Amino acid sequence: MTKTILTVDDSRTMREMLLLALQEAGFNVLQAEDGMMGLEVLKDRQADVIITDINMPRLDGFGFIEHVRRDSTHRAVPILVLTTESDAEKKSRARSAGATGWIVKPFHPVKLVDAIRRVSA
Amino acid sequence: MDSLRQIFFQECEEQLAELESGLLEIEGGSEDPEIVNAVFRAVHSIKGGAGAFALEDLVRFAHVFETVLDEVRKGRLSTASPVTETLLRAADVLADLVRVARDGGNVNEERIHTSADELAALSGAPIGANAEPEEEVSFEDFGFTPVAMDFPVFDDIAVVDTVSVEAEAEPDATTYTISFRPHPGLYTNANEPVVLLRELSRLGDAQIVCDTSTIPTLEELEAEGSYLAWTITLTTTHEEDDVRSIFEFVDGDCDLEIITGNAASSNDEPAGVDDDIAALLARVRGEFTEPVDESASPAASAADVVVGLAGSATAETAAAAIPSTPIIEAEAAKPTPEAAKTPPPAKAEKAAGSEAPSTNQTIRVDLDRVDRLMNLVGELVINQAMLSQRLTDAGLARDSEFATGLDEFEQLTHDIQEGVMAIRAQPVKSVFQRMPRLVREVAAITGKKVRLVTEGEDTEVDKTVIERLADPLTHMIRNAIDHGLESPEKRLAAGKREEGLVRLSASHRSGRIVIDIADDGAGINRQRVRAIAEEKGLIQPNAQLTDEEVDNLIFLPGFSTASTVSDISGRGVGMDVVKKSIQALGGRVSITSRPGEGSTFTLSLPLTLAVLYGMVVTVAEQTLVVPLTSIVETLKPKAGDIHGFGGDSRVISMRNNFLPLIDVGRELGYRSQPADPGAGVALLVESDGGAHSALMVDAIQGQRQIVIKSLEENYGRVPGVAAATILGDGRVALILDVDAIVAASRTGASNSETAFALAG
Repeated sequence: MTKTILTVDDSRTMREMLLLALQEAGFNVLQAEDGMMGLEVLKDRQADVIITDINMPRLDGFGFIEHVRRDSTHRAVPILVLTTESDAEKKSRARSAGATGWIVKPFHPVKLVDAIRRVSA
Repeated sequence: MDSLRQIFFQECEEQLAELESGLLEIEGGSEDPEIVNAVFRAVHSIKGGAGAFALEDLVRFAHVFETVLDEVRKGRLSTASPVTETLLRAADVLADLVRVARDGGNVNEERIHTSADELAALSGAPIGANAEPEEEVSFEDFGFTPVAMDFPVFDDIAVVDTVSVEAEAEPDATTYTISFRPHPGLYTNANEPVVLLRELSRLGDAQIVCDTSTIPTLEELEAEGSYLAWTITLTTTHEEDDVRSIFEFVDGDCDLEIITGNAASSNDEPAGVDDDIAALLARVRGEFTEPVDESASPAASAADVVVGLAGSATAETAAAAIPSTPIIEAEAAKPTPEAAKTPPPAKAEKAAGSEAPSTNQTIRVDLDRVDRLMNLVGELVINQAMLSQRLTDAGLARDSEFATGLDEFEQLTHDIQEGVMAIRAQPVKSVFQRMPRLVREVAAITGKKVRLVTEGEDTEVDKTVIERLADPLTHMIRNAIDHGLESPEKRLAAGKREEGLVRLSASHRSGRIVIDIADDGAGINRQRVRAIAEEKGLIQPNAQLTDEEVDNLIFLPGFSTASTVSDISGRGVGMDVVKKSIQALGGRVSITSRPGEGSTFTLSLPLTLAVLYGMVVTVAEQTLVVPLTSIVETLKPKAGDIHGFGGDSRVISMRNNFLPLIDVGRELGYRSQPADPGAGVALLVESDGGAHSALMVDAIQGQRQIVIKSLEENYGRVPGVAAATILGDGRVALILDVDAIVAASRTGASNSETAFALAG
């Protein structure tokens, strides 16, 4: 059973890195370039885990998470925040928005998969 | 890895462009917070990517830069002019660092330090270029060793092995007693106790006891409450930190206590029901291979179900396997009511797998593929032309079914061609964006004040044209500042604004793209240009030249004034090279200059290098193609309209205007005697600077779209000939370079060779 991961990041480099690492680990990968597009994708797709960046145009990670958590279809999807910020303030904001966990950039593929495993049933 | 690097650097280029244009807008007084955000994100993205590639210098500098931008973003730092200047300089340094990271070479350490110190001064924080980023950035290479991840747990949650109670403890194993009580927030953030328990059990032998004692009565039960707690007795060789790290994401969303040693004896067991995690997980999977415990009370079953529901989206399956009465309670008790509505993963999976995971509105295609397509379309166009020709030759009527079909075919071919061309088209922005930095640098070196204004950045043109525009444009902008603009003192003395203006604009005009590089400087110093040309033996000392001709002297090979004036514009390249590179693109350069008011260089380029619409004509029994874009109108001249004009020159009168009549056959050396104008056709053409002339040809065969085949690869540049094409009947025809022919005839030289030598 292959899991589907939605990655939301405005950096193409980051999207490609995630794609490579996630596909290598045997996941299906959906991609979105910002929060808006992420919500767009979730209109007709299901993700088992969402990985999102924080700093993005149009709709940032916090807003994106809040929207997903309000959406009855997706509110139970684990959301990992991918961020270069390791400061407590960002983490607590992400959590109050509804983030399940976080990955600090630059991520290592093993740690990434580890984090996914720690949130997905 | 290499392709990732490539993507990273491509993205860096985009981000740098974004950064610069954003900073320029801020400098221009924009207070749009979205621009500040975009600027911040640009630096942030570069830093993020650079971290993954262990580009330490880049990460450090980006970090310092980002810190300052964050201050701006938070409104703690104003964007007054000295600040934006510092930011723009920092953007240049960042661009240098990216370039060095990509191409190797040396960075100008001093420049980086200066800029970093400036930034540090702005942010008020003691962060120099050497300061470590405050956050922990691990510089381990993002090696992308294939991650052979085999996680059976994703597919098979049966973790029975790891929880075998009988397993003997490792000699150095420690036993932890973990009490874990989730808060409701843990569930709303989509964390899963079951997953955490599973992770715990991977560390060693785990005995898990679920405490259901706090489950209230149905009336008091809140749908999104959290009523379960677990006590885990874990025997493991792992450190306590490893155990804690499993709860990292839920820290603060649960009560967690980890005690070393087996504190909780079996007597302390909560009043709930013992539950074995294997059975529990098996239930989560929906595998009720064996009823849990036939003798268990309804309450016990209910508790089990609660676990199952809380744990996973497979709740429906789980619920279905439970006797009827408890289900009601169970469903009411589940912490996340929506869990049950979530389609089972298997179904979601099917949906996900059946469609391509493409959600992007754009795709990136290898340029080679587009070029191959372009080439094929070119062949298609030729083929279609041949077919039409054969049809005509076969004498089929225009209204026959074949002919109509062919007309449609022609239209389709044309549409396909435009479609492919549109794929290759890009806005000139990508080149224009590089210019502000250049202007700043040249202005700094020359001590001049310059304002660059760009217009028509969204004008689209073929990608190849854009790429090959960068060098000539760079050179011309340098020239405009270095040679065109006066020093601030001279400008003030001349009653001008101290700040010089360079205007770079692009627009579409009659199927071509026209780019103007205008300055409001002193204009071309014709005396000086003449003197240099004479000194270098390019013209005779007594040559009679018009102002326009003098201006055009700067395009002659060997004219470069660079060595005598300054080292900025020069760099070993003269305007002749600029002209050649523009010509190689099928373009032309012209110049207009007014003393004291400035000069304008105008580049006119084709939108694509692959096709053009041409008028097929006959000259001295040769078939030639005249690009349709340069033809204004065609006419059959009456003998009375043609007037001799000294020597062999002739003019044609048109609507009270006299235009030079150019005998194409003679200019190209096809015949030595002037053709009879009364027997031919005159093509009124517009050439550089908008001047009109009439080209004399023998006959017009028709108009058609032609595919350009370069001659230069095989023959070098032929004066008066732009390229060649293959006609419908398979013959090769030359495409005229109208401007070159007009220019050659203007010099009045009867020998085309010398005329072209001077023009080229």
